[in-house]
Amino acid sequence: MNWNFIIFSLVKLAVIVGVVQGLVAYSVLAERKISAWIQDRVGPNRTAPPFMKYVPVIGPFLTRLGMFQPLADGLKFLLKEDFTPAGVRKIYFWLAPALAVIPAMLTVAVIPFGSNLGDQKMVMADLNVGILYTFGIVSLGVYGIVLAGYAANSKYPFLGGIRSSAQMISYELSMGMSVIPVLMIVGNLNLSAIIGWQSTHGWLVLFSPLSFFIFLVASFAETNRLPFDLPEAETELVGGYHTEYSSMKFALFFLAEYSNMVSSAAMMVTLFFGGWTLPFWGLDQPATSLLLGVAHILVFMVKMLAFMVLFIWVRWMFPRFRYDQLMDLGWRRFLPLALFNILVTAIWMWLTAK
Amino acid sequence: MGLPDILFYVFAALTLLCGLLVVANPFSRSPVTSAMFLVLTIISLAGLFVLLNAFFLAAVQIIVYAGAVMVLFVFVIMLLDLKEEERRHIKAFGFVTGVVSVGIILSVFLKSIGSTAKLALPAAANATTAGESDTHALGMLLFTKYTLPFEVISVLLLVAMIGVITLSKKDLK
Repeated sequence: MNWNFIIFSLVKLAVIVGVVQGLVAYSVLAERKISAWIQDRVGPNRTAPPFMKYVPVIGPFLTRLGMFQPLADGLKFLLKEDFTPAGVRKIYFWLAPALAVIPAMLTVAVIPFGSNLGDQKMVMADLNVGILYTFGIVSLGVYGIVLAGYAANSKYPFLGGIRSSAQMISYELSMGMSVIPVLMIVGNLNLSAIIGWQSTHGWLVLFSPLSFFIFLVASFAETNRLPFDLPEAETELVGGYHTEYSSMKFALFFLAEYSNMVSSAAMMVTLFFGGWTLPFWGLDQPATSLLLGVAHILVFMVKMLAFMVLFIWVRWMFPRFRYDQLMDLGWRRFLPLALFNILVTAIWMWLTAK
Repeated sequence: MGLPDILFYVFAALTLLCGLLVVANPFSRSPVTSAMFLVLTIISLAGLFVLLNAFFLAAVQIIVYAGAVMVLFVFVIMLLDLKEEERRHIKAFGFVTGVVSVGIILSVFLKSIGSTAKLALPAAANATTAGESDTHALGMLLFTKYTLPFEVISVLLLVAMIGVITLSKKDLK
């Protein structure tokens, strides 16, 4: 047993979970602020702890930005009555929120969010089959939603659960197919190796833009975000799969959705946008100093946040797809397109190999 | 006993226990519960594959079976709205055939376990653990040594797929 390894792993685990949770809390705030700007409103701008009014300049500024809103939201979720409706299937009703959150948190384990700090690699588990691991865990995420729909024993959540299972399977296929050209070009399933390849050859989005496009759209569907949020379409299904949930159990579904957004943003950065590397200022090699290591983590965070903003921006810009349109897009457009992309990549590689 | 050994016993016990609960759950006869225990069985099996250093197999096991096949199972069970099945009495014929088929499978297992025990530790297993990527080795084997079986299975799957599509289409023209 290597105690050094255990201690550093635990520290990394705590930091990653903390950062993801913080990101989730503040992306809810970002969602509210950005939607407010898009709709010409102000958004949350007055929640603040009582002592904040005695802090000059910074206090009112942070309050105006809504920086304390997530704290208030979290507190409210914790203090609301946790109501279990009569007639729900109790075990599944309790299990479903946990099953939604666990896969969402597990996916970040393989993502290299920096090169190294000192001699510690900035990744929880540098798996040989990194991408496959992510797909496996993401495909388990559907159970939380399906079971939530089943457990509620009520029509709208049930429809939400059914929709979600069909949607997730359909888009997982396109998502998996869209990544294959990336694997063909790099020739490795390890995420660190994919970043390493990109630091010498250039970002993969330039080599396979079609892959990136399909992956992007499929990840919107996988995270149940608009324009594909059919499982929780408010106008048709009240609240979809989480209609019967209240208090912290309801919040856990939100947590899962936003954690999924964080991890798919991180996946897109890793697979297509060079991960923690930048092609200039010598940021494309593993860090030799502590400062450079921190810079790599910051680069990764900035790229990831850009994708988070994209997720939020799209939600407030596009109307929801109809269900048949969603299925049509998944099976008749994206799947053949992804297969065609594999073929084109294979031919291109065959031609350039000589 | 190191950590891998402990994990092996944990996963093996989980696999057997969940497998048993799929078919004979004393607390619930709900089909969804059975399906969820089957998912757990599959995931613990994937854990056993990881302990054998077969990461690719473990990942594919979870993606294909737990992530896609079982989701479809649950989907169908929920759509059909199956009620909880009543406890049935075990019939003599079913009991005898069950015991016989389990006995046959067990004898096959015992024979194969007996034949592998003589091989000491095969060199091939060490080669895959030492190699940088077992996925690469697997791909190489699939497209060189085992090309014919691989292609035959692909054709078989294609035939099954076409069959399903033809059967599920109600009005054939």
